[in-house]
Amino acid sequence: MAIATVTLPVERKPNGAALASWGRYPRQTAQVRPWFWSDETPPWGEGRSLAYGLGRSYGDSCLNEGGVLVPTRSLNHFIAFDPASGELTCEAGVTLDEILQFAVPRGWFLPTMPGTKFVTLGGAIANDIHGKNHHRAGTFGRHVQWLELVRSDGPRLRCSEKSEPELFRATIGGLGLTGFIAQATIQLRPITSAAMDVVSTRFANLEEFFELSAAADKDFEYTVAWVDSLARGKKLGRGIFMAGNHAVGQSPEDLRVHRVPRARLPFNLPGFVLNPWSVGLFNQCYFHKQRPGARRARVHYDPFFFPLDALRDWNRLYGRRGFFQYQSVVPLPDGRAATAAMLARISRSGQASFLAVLKLFGSPASPGMMSFPRPGVTLALDFPNRGEETERLFADLDAIVREAGGSLYPAKDARMRGEDFRRFYPQWEAFAHFLDPYCSSSFWRRVTASA
Amino acid sequence: MNILIFGATSGIAQAVARLAAARGDRLCLVGRTSEKLAIVARDLEVRGASSVHALKADFLSQASVEQALGMAVEFLGKLDVVLIAHGMLPDQAACENRPDLVQECLRINFLSPVMIADAAAKVLSEQGQGALVVIGSVAGDRGRKSLYYYSAAKGGLERYMQGLRGRLQPTGIRVVLIKPGMVDTPMTAHLRKGLLMAQPETVARRIVRSFTQGPEIVYAPGIWRFIMGVIKIIPERIFAKLPL
Repeated sequence: MAIATVTLPVERKPNGAALASWGRYPRQTAQVRPWFWSDETPPWGEGRSLAYGLGRSYGDSCLNEGGVLVPTRSLNHFIAFDPASGELTCEAGVTLDEILQFAVPRGWFLPTMPGTKFVTLGGAIANDIHGKNHHRAGTFGRHVQWLELVRSDGPRLRCSEKSEPELFRATIGGLGLTGFIAQATIQLRPITSAAMDVVSTRFANLEEFFELSAAADKDFEYTVAWVDSLARGKKLGRGIFMAGNHAVGQSPEDLRVHRVPRARLPFNLPGFVLNPWSVGLFNQCYFHKQRPGARRARVHYDPFFFPLDALRDWNRLYGRRGFFQYQSVVPLPDGRAATAAMLARISRSGQASFLAVLKLFGSPASPGMMSFPRPGVTLALDFPNRGEETERLFADLDAIVREAGGSLYPAKDARMRGEDFRRFYPQWEAFAHFLDPYCSSSFWRRVTASA
Repeated sequence: MNILIFGATSGIAQAVARLAAARGDRLCLVGRTSEKLAIVARDLEVRGASSVHALKADFLSQASVEQALGMAVEFLGKLDVVLIAHGMLPDQAACENRPDLVQECLRINFLSPVMIADAAAKVLSEQGQGALVVIGSVAGDRGRKSLYYYSAAKGGLERYMQGLRGRLQPTGIRVVLIKPGMVDTPMTAHLRKGLLMAQPETVARRIVRSFTQGPEIVYAPGIWRFIMGVIKIIPERIFAKLPL
């Protein structure tokens, strides 16, 4: 009899729900079977399953058409924290937002974070996420000490570099395909203040970006650049370079946690709102608002790391048809020319949005077998879904990435060709040995289909 | 603050307990399964609760409930708040042909909280202070054809709370009924997430405030007060025809 916790009566079918990915493309349906408690067995057995956290992957790597999606947000319990060492153990459905709320007042911070705090710990591991400090800290997976993996075909496994090391490396960046992550221990990083000392510098072209970046990566823990994706000719690759370090605080008052944002976009904007004209106007204003020379400021970590989190559901800006994100990495030194070629192709298309990011990845190697980040220059842009026109642009960008020996990021992808995936990730066949027989995703089936 | 929670592993109760833990409260959790209680108790300890005790109990047994209350008093000393948070959402269509499910719904959503509230009221009266906080539902405000067994239980609970509030008036004990709308918890996981689906944290903030201040009937989120205000004044003849 159900009392304190409620199980679904067997008579009732959970709705074949349209759990979406962040790009809201593609729209697919799957059976939804939440995993409520980490001590219980995940709901295997209804078909091929995939853990679903907050759905912040952009394309179809968090979707499982015709299969089962297993929301893990109820697995949101903390398990242990050592205030001396900063080791934190929690369940996989805990979000980075929740970890920050817990850790910041205690003088600890996440070792690395993506551009949003609304991702789960499990998702951060499964996509081996990276952040503005990649050149120092590497990927998230480097800071995972161990994780508990629940596979359909055996007992729960405690995986680390020492025990089950191969499965550990396959699971980091393994797109949720090696089983369900139940919990993990991560190493936090100490801070004395919630504030960031930030220097922003306008750069007139791509050449200046590379100069600024090379210099700043020595002095700053965090670096990233916004780039005007519509600028052409001599202005090609102009933008604003942002570099930051944690400020030094004096008292516990300096460890102020972020506020939970209230503003939310309640409906889809019509698809035409983001057009070359409106984006161009935004880019022009944003670029010129920043005066030439280096500007120093002290800001809270929240707007520095997560400017877009201030407006929840901002993905609705792109309207009903959704949008793509395209994130590539190309190795240096050839990456300079490749990046210029990509930006030139993008500005000519007039399709890109105002969200365009450039960063140099550093050398710290990830333990993840399938991890995306590698030394080189990474470029990430949003593109509204305009059908074939957009795909033509992507095909040209793919060719540049291929030529330069680069790669694309599965967490952002809804359309890369299978043969490109297999070229970018030649280790995919070795990785496939570690797949859980009951796990699959739309992404995985798509990129391995024709192999 | 010393807080005793019945149904401590429910989604809303956990959100309340986390707010309390973050400010260093002392907690006693009562639940049905030891494994889940252990998960929740450890979580609250890590989050900063001064102390956490977990008790397993049968929520339909008078003896079990009274024993749990006794042990909670032993652990916590004075009880500042007793929160009754367990419940289940029955399948309306199934209930219409299954008297056993109807009885289960009424036992869990009405008889059990009444029994626990009666026992808690006795302890609180002896202390001469404290708050008894029970989670009802907006569904208790009016019977709809899509959910009326649940509405009947929650509506009955509200009538009971009204009477108890009157009885305890002279003692200064707060008798608070929380009326959440749809909240995104395991209980509603099978429902579509519409605009009115609230997060448990939002509801929890209102509940924690109600421990010490404000009205003793609390809609959560507050917008439900207006929605249900409108729903309640629709004449019955029209209401019965509405596809609600």
